[in-house]
Amino acid sequence: MRASKSCVAILIATLCPALMYGGTISGKITYTGTPVRQKPIDMSKEPSCAKQHATPVTTETVVTGANNALENVVVYISAGADDANAPAQAVTFTQKGCQYLPHVVVLQAGQELKVVNDDQTSHNIHPLAKQNREWNKSQPPGSPAIEAKFDQPEFISVKCNIHPWMHGWFAVLKTSHYSISSNGGGFTLPNLPPGKYTVTAWHEDYGTQTQDVTISGNETKTINFAFKAKAY
Amino acid sequence: MKNLKRVHYFGAFLSFVLAVWAVAAGAQDVPDVGPHPPAPPKEMESHIGKLVGHSQNAKSDYRRYCAGCHGDLGDGNGENAVWLDPKPRDFTMATFKCRSTLTGTLPTDEDLFNTIGRGLTNSNMPIWNTFSNQQRADLVAYVKTFSPRWEKEKPGDPITIPAEPPVTIESISHGKYLFTKLECWKCHGPQGKGDGPSASTLTDSKDNPIRPYNFAAGTDDSRFKCGSTNHDIYKIFMTGVDGTPMPSFADTISPTDAWDLVHFLRTLQVKRHSPENEALKAAGGKIPPYVEKPSAAPAQSGNGAAGGN
Repeated sequence: MRASKSCVAILIATLCPALMYGGTISGKITYTGTPVRQKPIDMSKEPSCAKQHATPVTTETVVTGANNALENVVVYISAGADDANAPAQAVTFTQKGCQYLPHVVVLQAGQELKVVNDDQTSHNIHPLAKQNREWNKSQPPGSPAIEAKFDQPEFISVKCNIHPWMHGWFAVLKTSHYSISSNGGGFTLPNLPPGKYTVTAWHEDYGTQTQDVTISGNETKTINFAFKAKAY
Repeated sequence: MKNLKRVHYFGAFLSFVLAVWAVAAGAQDVPDVGPHPPAPPKEMESHIGKLVGHSQNAKSDYRRYCAGCHGDLGDGNGENAVWLDPKPRDFTMATFKCRSTLTGTLPTDEDLFNTIGRGLTNSNMPIWNTFSNQQRADLVAYVKTFSPRWEKEKPGDPITIPAEPPVTIESISHGKYLFTKLECWKCHGPQGKGDGPSASTLTDSKDNPIRPYNFAAGTDDSRFKCGSTNHDIYKIFMTGVDGTPMPSFADTISPTDAWDLVHFLRTLQVKRHSPENEALKAAGGKIPPYVEKPSAAPAQSGNGAAGGN
């Protein structure tokens, strides 16, 4: 009886590796101090976009939530995990209302990125890469998605030259363990095998912080990051 | 007496062994703290037609003629750079404006060879007609030593430029239609004067302010940076001007569309004599509105529906 139970357990364990790696690192990202107020964007030079926003949108350099939550922070395992192969599924980056959606898109090195223009105006996609190749392509309305890949891990600033208020980021990572803090500033990195990890949190304006975490089994470890807001 | 000598010999031998051991052990224990001089860059070659350039032969030419602006490290930070606008090219990024290859890819050796010889008008990059072809080829090879991209990547394939179709008022009219549709006027302005709504906000990839090309000024071609023939202008929109806001339209327009645009742009050079301005004059001085040909007919004229292939 006992023997067959352990056989079943081994069978389940080998068939369901995700169940084996139950370690999770999660937590909250917050800011201290007073962030600079985000400026409203004047889109009057592009009426087709301006009319899509009932009230003007603001810049997204610092996006905050309730209880001092800091959003758009990319949290990832920077050491302790093997580099992952790029998934086959593409990630989408959309231009709509003369904004980039999402503001920060996270993808793996070698993973396909699809850039879509949902607006009635032309945009040009200009990733200002330094480790990867820098390129610049025009994308008129109605044209097909632009497909791109980046070989090197890098946080790439992206802009549209026609619409100077448009700013976004491609966070190209080597690891598949990443999370981006959204509403409430929470993040979670599940499915971690036991090991010693370095967790890095990156914010486009407030910089980078790291913390070391050790996972021993199927546990959830909580770590938080607090970024100091900048005066300007 | 003999015993004492033996002791002496043995003692000397032992000291020798100990000394060697101490030095060997000691050498392993000394940490290698540096600083270390940077590793010399790998020597590169360039190939322009039958000409082969070698970077090791260009060291003194680079130092004498180029380093003052482009810097000893090739990063565009030579001592003159603070006074210059536009800034000298940063070779460490391997991003170049004037290429025959697609956006994001390395230029060919010939592209760099031509740029050195042609200079870059309206900038401080002179027309280097003082160099022999061999010196120029050697300098191209030297420029390639500044970025590791040249070892890891091959240059892009040069784009194929089909034969230029005849200059007709229809071609010019279609070019104007494309200029409006592709929103070139947003930066270049409706008359190509570089005064479009976005023009004042433009910055290059190093965040320096930059202006879009003004087609209307002057009576000649002298201000085109990457060459002034119709072929050179064609290349500009098919390869993009990397490092600047000018994108590549290679994925968006067909070769015929690109030629029509070139013909239209020539008419923006209002004070320059050109076949395009002659065609415009012959048509009464006004560009007729573009009439889309019915797409039922096979595209023998090439002036069919606009848009990419």
